[in-house]
Amino acid sequence: MSEPAVALEGATIRLGGRAILEDVSLGVARGEFVAVLGPNGAGKSTLVKAILGLLPLAAGKARVLGRPPGEANARIGYLPQRRNFDSATRIRGIDLVRLGLDGSRWGIPIPGLPGTKEKARRVAEVLELVGASRYATKPIGELSGGEQQRLLIAQALVRRPQLLLLDEPLDSLDLASQAAVAALVRRICEQEHVAVLLVAHDVNPILGFIDQVVYVAGGSAVGGRPRDVITSETLTRLFGVPIEVLHASDGRLVVVGQPEAPFHHGDRHA
Amino acid sequence: MLDAAVFQGLSWNLLDDFRQLFTYPFMVNALEAGTIVAVMAGVTGWFMVLRRQAFAGHTLSVIAFPGAAAAGWAGVPLALGYFGFCGAGALVLAAIAGTRRSLGAESAAIGSLQALALALGFVFVSLSHSILTGLDSLLFGTFLGITRSQVLVLLVVAVATVAVTAFAARPLFFASVDSDVARASGVPVRLLGLGFLLVLGLSVAETSQITGALLVFALLVTPAATAHRLTPRPWLGLTLAVALALAVTWAGLALAYFSIYPVGFYVTSLSFGVYVLVRIVTR
Repeated sequence: MSEPAVALEGATIRLGGRAILEDVSLGVARGEFVAVLGPNGAGKSTLVKAILGLLPLAAGKARVLGRPPGEANARIGYLPQRRNFDSATRIRGIDLVRLGLDGSRWGIPIPGLPGTKEKARRVAEVLELVGASRYATKPIGELSGGEQQRLLIAQALVRRPQLLLLDEPLDSLDLASQAAVAALVRRICEQEHVAVLLVAHDVNPILGFIDQVVYVAGGSAVGGRPRDVITSETLTRLFGVPIEVLHASDGRLVVVGQPEAPFHHGDRHA
Repeated sequence: MLDAAVFQGLSWNLLDDFRQLFTYPFMVNALEAGTIVAVMAGVTGWFMVLRRQAFAGHTLSVIAFPGAAAAGWAGVPLALGYFGFCGAGALVLAAIAGTRRSLGAESAAIGSLQALALALGFVFVSLSHSILTGLDSLLFGTFLGITRSQVLVLLVVAVATVAVTAFAARPLFFASVDSDVARASGVPVRLLGLGFLLVLGLSVAETSQITGALLVFALLVTPAATAHRLTPRPWLGLTLAVALALAVTWAGLALAYFSIYPVGFYVTSLSFGVYVLVRIVTR
């Protein structure tokens, strides 16, 4: 319990000779909900892949659930970026969740073998947890983006992981679904005592639910409590251009002066 | 081949007709071979449709044609040509998929390969003038000339490929529908992709010998597509694909026996008819 879920120290990741992330330090405690924010191409997914051990560190130290990256993946639930199932996808959500449990096992699955009932019970339990029981037996391609996302989170959760890595699960969801999924992740975080690293574009729909925020930009990363990190000074230093953070009356943060188009907070009022 | 004194044709006495089907050894061989091929095509076809590799599968079936033509030209057993060319074709397709280009570029590369295969087939056919009379059966199938030893070869290959597919079924299903998560869970996604193309190649090589190179799809894609249409449940879908492939093969062979039209035509028309019917009903 004492070991943090993720601990990076001076981590540097290079892709094709180019440093994507340099000297990044990051700590995620057990049961903590951390948001990773930053513009497109800043290296957010790269960070997630390094934690999974899919990309090697060029320098620095990394421990994931007390092990070197890649060695504890059985205890990690991973939800990769942008997975939408089109209407031609004839697979049931319940089967997709089940794959998360025993999809990597070889051999012929024989119904009635010991453990089969237990697995079915676990799948039902996790579907209930994310509130997807009602539509789990429908073809997943016929479901809405929010419903698909809940099933994918259930798949990532089914093996009772100690760390959840969610890469842009809110992407392509409407605002109400974004907040609902963020609230669900918060609840899972507390109920199951899972550490969560959630990659997102927009901090506003999730601001009320997260413990820590990590900004990735310009090859480095800055982390801390949201109110400490999302300030004019910190963001100006990180992005290298003047940036102003405004506090709207409804509690929203509005970031002004950010040069890259995909990165904007509170633009939905516009 | 048929002795007119014994061959009675369709008598409309269903029991008699049914018994007649099993009178001739060539017909028993054809039914056995058809059964073996249908089971195998149902299983691999279901995965092929799931993986959206129908185009790759079709290309493999076109590659079966120069394989058989080359074997005829070289004077070696046709099965050797089928298996050799389809196996090599599977490796080339895996290499194309392995370059990880866009889906459009991949299908263009596969299409070019398909055109080359067709051209090669005609070269081999024209090189060996003697086989020209067999061109029809090469392309559109025959069931008259299947021997005991051919049935045995089919059985061995089918048992091997179905066993391999069954053993890898769960990881293959995982890699097919959700490759990123499968990879992160330790499933060898690329290896499975290569392995599946090889199994598909073997399947195509087998099926070609019954339906002909051009009509492989009647057994490989249509029953599987119908099964996917009918149910999203994986095991039920696999069972349905096999059952449909068996039904159209048996019916096709019986119809071909009692008429002058080739078996490939019946198998194709029947499976297409079922597919259209299911599409209309499940709209």
